[in-house]
Amino acid sequence: MTHIWKHRLFWPLAALITLIVVNSVARPRFLSITMRDGQLYGALIDILRGSAPLMLVALGMTIVIATRGIDLSVGAIMAVSGAVALTVIDGSNDPSNLGTVLVAIAVAVLVALVLGVWNGFLVAVLGIQPIIATLVLMLAGRGVALLITGGFITTVNSDPFSYIASGYLTVLPFAFFISVAAIVALGVVERRTALGVLTEAVGINPEASRLAGVRSRGIVWGAYMLSGVLAGVAGIIYASNIKAADANATGLFIELYAILAVVLGGTSLAGGKFSIAGTVIGVLIIQTLDSTILFLGVPSAQSPVFFALVVVLVVVVQSPRMRRVIGSMTRRRSRPEPDPDPERDRERTGVAA
Amino acid sequence: MDGAVGAQPLLELTGATVRFGADAALDDVSFRMYPGEVHSLMGENGAGKSTLIKAITGVLPLDAGTLTLDGRAVRFTTPQEAQRAGISTVYQEVELLPNLSVAENILLGREPRSRGVISQRLMRERARQILADLGLDLDPASTLGTHPVAVQQLVAIARAISTDVRVLVLDEPTSSLDLDEVAELFRIIRELRARGVAILFVSHFLDQVYEICDRVTVLRDGALVGEYLTPQLLRIDLVHKMLGREASDFKTRQRGRVEEPDAPVFLSARDVGAAPGIRGADVDLGEGEVVGVAGLLGSGRTELARALTGISRLDTGIIRIEGEPVNLDSPRRAISLGVVYSSENRRSEGILGELSVLDNITLAVQAHRGVLRRMRPARQRELAQSWVEALGIRPPDLDRPAGTLSGGNQQKVMLARLLALAPRVLVLDEPTRGVDVGAKVEIQNLVGELADNGLSVVFISAELDEVLRVGDRVAILREGRIVETLASADMTVDSLLALVASPDEQEV
Repeated sequence: MTHIWKHRLFWPLAALITLIVVNSVARPRFLSITMRDGQLYGALIDILRGSAPLMLVALGMTIVIATRGIDLSVGAIMAVSGAVALTVIDGSNDPSNLGTVLVAIAVAVLVALVLGVWNGFLVAVLGIQPIIATLVLMLAGRGVALLITGGFITTVNSDPFSYIASGYLTVLPFAFFISVAAIVALGVVERRTALGVLTEAVGINPEASRLAGVRSRGIVWGAYMLSGVLAGVAGIIYASNIKAADANATGLFIELYAILAVVLGGTSLAGGKFSIAGTVIGVLIIQTLDSTILFLGVPSAQSPVFFALVVVLVVVVQSPRMRRVIGSMTRRRSRPEPDPDPERDRERTGVAA
Repeated sequence: MDGAVGAQPLLELTGATVRFGADAALDDVSFRMYPGEVHSLMGENGAGKSTLIKAITGVLPLDAGTLTLDGRAVRFTTPQEAQRAGISTVYQEVELLPNLSVAENILLGREPRSRGVISQRLMRERARQILADLGLDLDPASTLGTHPVAVQQLVAIARAISTDVRVLVLDEPTSSLDLDEVAELFRIIRELRARGVAILFVSHFLDQVYEICDRVTVLRDGALVGEYLTPQLLRIDLVHKMLGREASDFKTRQRGRVEEPDAPVFLSARDVGAAPGIRGADVDLGEGEVVGVAGLLGSGRTELARALTGISRLDTGIIRIEGEPVNLDSPRRAISLGVVYSSENRRSEGILGELSVLDNITLAVQAHRGVLRRMRPARQRELAQSWVEALGIRPPDLDRPAGTLSGGNQQKVMLARLLALAPRVLVLDEPTRGVDVGAKVEIQNLVGELADNGLSVVFISAELDEVLRVGDRVAILREGRIVETLASADMTVDSLLALVASPDEQEV
């Protein structure tokens, strides 16, 4: 209890809770959840469902960032994956057949995996800087997606496919279960096997890790493959939601939101230590903020400004300097005069001498 | 020698106290430097040397006490202010920008401008002038990172003295220099001393302290032990004062030398060549034998170590383990054959500073087991704990980030990581560089004990007496070739020095 504010998840959680409180004050209905036909509805449920694509992409991004990398191509991979899935379904005789949909998903994820392998090859084998290596696919990927759909926005009517984003499994949206499955699977793989600590080792110091016998190349390569696959699934969810493959709009700027979610969750862009729980909170912050903007009726032209303001606030509060100030204020609460940072003060007065 | 010492100190620190939380890192310490003297600050790691340096260079504020420069009280709040007052520092780890040119590094932040624009031409000229003053022949336009660490160190000194320097602080400046370069540095120090600069020379090498320093201030546990004239202080007394114990406690344990010459050879290398520097090297390493490697900087010490441990690939030659030819094409492969390497660059190739001591120690074992066979946490803890105890790692806190440990303890953590693999061959590259006297002796003793238990060790060090003391035999490297391998019992430091440094006519 002594140093709760020093826990790495304290500030992300505080930001999320603050957002939820602000929302529920502004609009009491925010917290209400209603049961209709055995299915739960409400703003919070929408957040859980709507966050699924970003959640998947941000989880992959977390691991890539932990290896000192970055994956800018996730949005493009989503577009390709969506295009592949819809093209397979569109080209079949029976779009509503569950088998068709499963094949489409499998092919789309496989293509996404191949794109991840490509990214990993550029970074881990050829040694190209991650930001450049993934920029290639970021720029080229949407072109590939357009090529697959023949330059059109492919639309389909397929109930099994629509179920992915809109359907309910028992009382909760199916997409939410995809998120949870990904979080749990990644958590288990990273923390129950040695992958987590070896990934962190590679991210902190690739050469020291290599000398210690760590397969650095394989770990880095694997991170990009994972990121590709998760982006592929995210692309399928996105396409399922709009029942279409829109190569230009799918996953637009999602790489930036994913990076933001990772950073909000306390994982450093310098690589090394990462936090899956932090990323989950980061994604929920972004998604809640998104629906806040809708709730508050911020005109869509100004919504990016509002979004940016809140993000800046959250990031500033989390910065090391602010943490020190807040930390020492809390420590010295009992003292008569507030004395935010005695060392700096002393330094300043010292100049006179 | 102290003819230059005037009546008034150039820099004086009185009653200096620096606290970190409840602990005093520096407790009521007084310290003075006169113009035109070389002054040494001695003490074990953690004695407060770094803190004192930081206090006089404006990195840390004083909690109590005063600092005077030329008799006037001063207070620096940033290193820049101290620098403007004429106090420059060169730190142990070179803190320059390897991707910039030599000239840019020397004049960084003080670039000469013409009409408001940085003039590359003027900058190179000035840098060339500064380097020439130091007697250094170096192209100012060349990229700093392309030069060896030793040269970078000299550039750091050039940078420090390019300002109007009155007090020059050199923190472990010789730890990566070889004999010639140390001589070069000493020439520069003497010249600066003649100009009236006060030089604070901090080094673990007693020989160098006695060679260059006029005066010594000894610290222990953050407190002042005393200030002495170097010629009047016996070495044994100095060590005693630093450690607060009798030096005899630290005598190296003499281990039973492998007397029979035909102890089974565990690893043999024949005609090994590896880019950039190693040619035709033959090494035979017996079971339980310690082979020391002696050579000047640039003689290929590290390259040899890397060729033997799979870090760099062989261009020519063959390595056999117990008679079987092996292909050491990666560190991973070498580790699986029981051959491990401890790098001389603790920070860039060894310690993972942000990970805990526990993760650092178990890393190699875990990497060897593979991703899927994770060690149980209880087993990890047990393993790490046993090594922390066996090697005396301080503080014995498994969850502390390894980067916060002192140099000697980081070195032990690296050793623990490798020893946990139960290797057959341990190649140690400068394992005692930058560690204090106590830890150094502990590491030397440890090598002896490991060899007694059958481990074969290759021990590389720039310090010849250490190589002789630890090694059963010593391989002498000159320009990438092993010119001779001799029993260390047959050599003295002087005869080894002659072999290491002698020109090629001695070869038959």
